[in-house]
Amino acid sequence: MIEFKDVTKTFDSKQGAVHAVQDVNLKIEDGHIYGIVGYSGAGKSTLIRMLNGLERPTSGSVNIDDVEISALTGKALRDQRHKIGMIFQHFNLLWSRTVLQNIMFPLELAGNSKAEAKQKAEHLAELVGLSGRETAYPSELSGGQKQRVGIARALANDPQILLSDEATSALDPQTTDEVLDLLLDINKKLNLTIILITHEMHVIRKIADHVAVMENGKIVEQGPVLEVFKRPKQAVTKRFVNEEVTPSLHDTTAVVDELLEKYPKGTIVQLTFHGDQAQLPIVSEMLKQYSLDLNIIEGAIHQTQEGAIGTLYIQISGDQDQLDGALAYLQKMRVETEVLNRE
Amino acid sequence: MNSQGLSSYFQFSNVDWNAMMTSTWETIWLTIVSTIVVAIFGVALGLLLFETTNSNNFFAKLLNWIVSLFVNIFRSIPFIILIVLLLPVTQSLVGTIIGPRAALPSLIISAAPFYARMVELAFHELDHGVIEAAESMGATRWQIIRKVLLPESMPALVSGITVTTISLIGYTAMAGAIGAGGLGNLAYQDGFQSNNNAVTMVATVIIVIIVFIFQFIGDFAVKRIDKRAK
Repeated sequence: MIEFKDVTKTFDSKQGAVHAVQDVNLKIEDGHIYGIVGYSGAGKSTLIRMLNGLERPTSGSVNIDDVEISALTGKALRDQRHKIGMIFQHFNLLWSRTVLQNIMFPLELAGNSKAEAKQKAEHLAELVGLSGRETAYPSELSGGQKQRVGIARALANDPQILLSDEATSALDPQTTDEVLDLLLDINKKLNLTIILITHEMHVIRKIADHVAVMENGKIVEQGPVLEVFKRPKQAVTKRFVNEEVTPSLHDTTAVVDELLEKYPKGTIVQLTFHGDQAQLPIVSEMLKQYSLDLNIIEGAIHQTQEGAIGTLYIQISGDQDQLDGALAYLQKMRVETEVLNRE
Repeated sequence: MNSQGLSSYFQFSNVDWNAMMTSTWETIWLTIVSTIVVAIFGVALGLLLFETTNSNNFFAKLLNWIVSLFVNIFRSIPFIILIVLLLPVTQSLVGTIIGPRAALPSLIISAAPFYARMVELAFHELDHGVIEAAESMGATRWQIIRKVLLPESMPALVSGITVTTISLIGYTAMAGAIGAGGLGNLAYQDGFQSNNNAVTMVATVIIVIIVFIFQFIGDFAVKRIDKRAK
């Protein structure tokens, strides 16, 4: 288990003290994929770098399984680092080495023999889907392949923890998904704890089970991903969630206004589905029971690690009692309903 | 013996080819030996400069300051003055102040700081993220030097030593003029002082060929080592 206790990091700069991380308390259970999301400058990078001692907290402590990382130095710290893999936004591969030699690098550092390192590296290259590319140099690889080398290299010394520092931010959407699938696969196969920082909610939704939202060096919200997606409390979280769940919220608002104008008698309802409900034919059932006209304005369903989450904007019109009945039915089915009105 | 006019450059019958051969080998020997020593000292000094640059340790800062000062001073002294300045040092190190071996100390002392600066620059130009990645994997300082800094900056180190070698060839000729042997010595004594322009001409051509050969070897090596995007 990973534990941050009252961690604060202050940098001295010419403009005065900069509080990169403030009073952070965080517990991460083994085997979880924990996402830390925030805009740039929120302090997430500083926070994750404390886990392998690249940064040291100004006060507080960082523990991994009762070892206080923040107090380690010299050989003890280096030995600990062998057990923590890290992948980077810009891959940070050695261009003078081939794929295989790059994967062998941490094994050499840890004192393995060349033959041992080679055998292990071949196995890892296969695990990350780079079979046949072992003798290529990084300059001959695509971004996605480079990150696969980065992942294989990070796994070389059988770490219990993998740190991902914006590992998909330099990749295109499709490659991002491939790399995320690989991370998810590795998490399941090796029961590896993954801590990833990102500014893309998409990444969190796709693979994380828990999320912490950072702003100005503080964790402003944390919890299971679905929970945070369902009921974001802080403004910054809402912004992240909205970006993801309804990418075209503004368009929708415009459409809603227009529809309200066009059909003053209709009722516009925003439905939010979580988990299993997203898989049930709730709306079609509603139409069978109540005689209503239905017009779909916009909808989206996203898969997260803990289930689906969806939003649907519909316009329904009909007799008032039918309308009330339909809304009550939706409530009964535990669908969050919100009737939109012109303000 | 007609030593006047342009045609004197081409009176090759006046050239003592045996002496020319001996001098050529002296120049090549001087260049290769000084290049090897300069490469070793230059990388060591450059590494010292690089490792102490951003340190907060007082002794590291002091060391950086001293090495920096040493490098800057010896880089600024004109070579011809340095030779004269170092005559006593040469005498006590080599035991003589004439001949190719006597040219070595001043060649090395003048070129090593020059190369050290290039080495330091090459290290600074490496992507810091790669060094950090190695640190995050638990690399020791020494492992970072041996497995990251040196191999990753090898193309820059090799092209730097090529440039240094070529200026060393120029220096050997200068050293030759005051008795260190080699083609510079021959061109000065048998060519200039004996009014034998053909010797000067041939010595010049041979030096140019030597420079070309070293440049070619350097460029070829860089091309082979450099595995970055082409």
